[in-house]
Amino acid sequence: MLEVNALKKVYGKVVAVDGISLRAGSAETIGLLGPNGAGKTTTVSMIAGLFPPDSGEVLIDGRPLRGDTDPVKRKIGLVPQNIALYDELSALDNLNFLGALYDLGGAALKRTIAEALDLVGLMDRAKDKVGTFSGGMKRRLNLAAALLHDPQILLLDEPTVGVDPQSRNAIFDNLETLKKRGKTLLYTTHYMEEAERLCDRIIIIDHGKVIANDTLQGLHRMLPVTNVLVIELENADGFMADPLRALPEVVSAEVQEGVLRVGLHDLSSGAPPVLRWLAENGHRYPHVTSERPDLETVFLTLTGRSLRDS
Amino acid sequence: MMIPFWAMVRKDLRLFFNDRRAVIVGLLVPILLASFFGYLFGGQGTTATSRMQVLAIDQDASAISRGIVAHLSGDKNLEVKSSTPDEARELVRKGKVVAAIVIPKGFGTEAGHALFAGGEKPQIAILYDPSHAVELSMVQGILTGAVMQAVSKEMFAGQSGREMMKESLAKIETNSEMPAAEKKTLSDMLGSVEKWNEQQAQEPASGQGHAEGGLAIPFQTQEEAITAATGVQYNSYAHAFGGMGIQFILFMGIDVGVRLLLLRQTGLWQRLRAAPISRSVLLGSRATSAALISGFILLVLFSFARLVFGVHIQGSFLGFVGVCAAFSLMTAAFGLMIAAFGKTVEATRGYSVMATLLMVMLGGSWVPTMFFPQWLQKITVAIPTRWAMDGLDGMTWRGLGLADACKPIGMLLLFTLLFGVLAVISFRWEAES
Repeated sequence: MLEVNALKKVYGKVVAVDGISLRAGSAETIGLLGPNGAGKTTTVSMIAGLFPPDSGEVLIDGRPLRGDTDPVKRKIGLVPQNIALYDELSALDNLNFLGALYDLGGAALKRTIAEALDLVGLMDRAKDKVGTFSGGMKRRLNLAAALLHDPQILLLDEPTVGVDPQSRNAIFDNLETLKKRGKTLLYTTHYMEEAERLCDRIIIIDHGKVIANDTLQGLHRMLPVTNVLVIELENADGFMADPLRALPEVVSAEVQEGVLRVGLHDLSSGAPPVLRWLAENGHRYPHVTSERPDLETVFLTLTGRSLRDS
Repeated sequence: MMIPFWAMVRKDLRLFFNDRRAVIVGLLVPILLASFFGYLFGGQGTTATSRMQVLAIDQDASAISRGIVAHLSGDKNLEVKSSTPDEARELVRKGKVVAAIVIPKGFGTEAGHALFAGGEKPQIAILYDPSHAVELSMVQGILTGAVMQAVSKEMFAGQSGREMMKESLAKIETNSEMPAAEKKTLSDMLGSVEKWNEQQAQEPASGQGHAEGGLAIPFQTQEEAITAATGVQYNSYAHAFGGMGIQFILFMGIDVGVRLLLLRQTGLWQRLRAAPISRSVLLGSRATSAALISGFILLVLFSFARLVFGVHIQGSFLGFVGVCAAFSLMTAAFGLMIAAFGKTVEATRGYSVMATLLMVMLGGSWVPTMFFPQWLQKITVAIPTRWAMDGLDGMTWRGLGLADACKPIGMLLLFTLLFGVLAVISFRWEAES
């Protein structure tokens, strides 16, 4: 169990982390979502014990981290944002070295390296130098390196930055496997689709503060609209959307480039009156779809700023 | 705690040996440079001593000036060629020769008068290359001896000397201002010399055993190089390999510091800090691997020097190992200090290369400190490379014992402690983005 209480870190006049709290249990994936500079990496660094917080505490199974050599650190595996491997060494040499940092050696280290390489699908490249690996392979090995000492808690700091979709999916599969094994995953990202796919709970942070902490469904409930009806109009010239806003369940309605987007409180009860109104007023529509708002919308709603623009 | 420590040491050694460029720079370049400098400074003592190139411009063409040039040409330290004033000036300016000696017209006559009658002293011009100030003193010394011998010989035994003697006697006789007693004494002395000259002119030259004549400097020097023992020749490769080894090991120390600086900007630093290992293990392992690499470089260099150039540890082997070990530790601490104080990689590399070159130069790695001025020699005691160089020289060609190694070892360990403490105090443990 990972418990973080009111963590705070200040650099000069900049408050990097401002009272962040979270809890994560076994077989749970917590997403830490926020734009660059929101305080995600600083939070993860403090949880990993890289430096102490100015205030607040990190508890691992109820025990705080004390000092560089605290054995509690063995319960944490860190996957840093930057590739943390030596290009000049082979994958095997890298893992031998990184495993030894946790006092692993001999047969135990050999076994755990084999398991980690097997999980990330790099067993056949074990003896190749990391410098010859693709970006995706390096990312997978970066993950494997954090698993050698079989940590209970895995801190993943943007582990898919700069990888191709295929490698990203492979990493997602690895993480889902680890979750099934009962690991606690804390996953930082600024990719909304990653958080949506992987996380049981999502904590949105901005300027070092938690602005939302809920399940994906819970976050959606914070929004004024739960669904958007997307209607392609045959002829949008002179179309006036104002009457639609008066219909029940309709929150918003606007036309852009021939597409009518209608925000609804509830799709089941809200969609039929909208489509009926269009038919009754002579507007033909060849194509209709519906969308759920994504985390981008959530972030936009909560902060008034786009996640990507932050 | 020892598993992570040695894992980090092994990793550093593996990284070093995987980097072919670093190995080549660390081993091959110092071997090449040391071989070159060793050869330049006299090799193994078997090659002929290099002679200073000096030009002589005889504008007087008198017996005296010819005698001076002959004496200079006969000196084993000089290679004398005749020249013209313009050519000499150009060759000195271009650094082709160490100095040019210009004997002006009338020098012989004026020098003769100056010797007996206190006439005005004529001047010999020496044009010299300012980068060879040490050699200039040597040329001046040799020239003084040559002038003394040539002038006195001509004055006491030469034709022009006899004429000058008669002229001087006549001047004394007609001098009304000179006191009578003084006049008599001087006339007697010059008269005796004239009589001796006449006798010499009447006696046929016997040849064998006949003195060359003239006032000669009443002593000769016998040069002896003091090395480890009688019969053991000075081997300048020993100094050259020590100097180059020190220089390139310090460069390796810079590399250790810069790599550590770079490491703090990578995820690897975060991973190392996330592991349950102490700061002393983290820095200590880095220092140990750097010291092992330094020791390895010294071992290879001196093995090469022994096999190829016959450099031997003429003194205490234990002392030699001790000096190498202490210097290796000092280098490791130096590297850590660079990492601790460095801000950006580029700036750190620039400053530390400059500091290293200064240390190498002042430590006597290029030129032995005995060639430095006194005040500079005093300053070098505060330079760690000076002690490393003293220690290596002492244990190799000077053939000193273990007791003499203690001071350099102690001083190097003191610098290790100083650099190490500064590094630990100033080290920034947080990762840099």
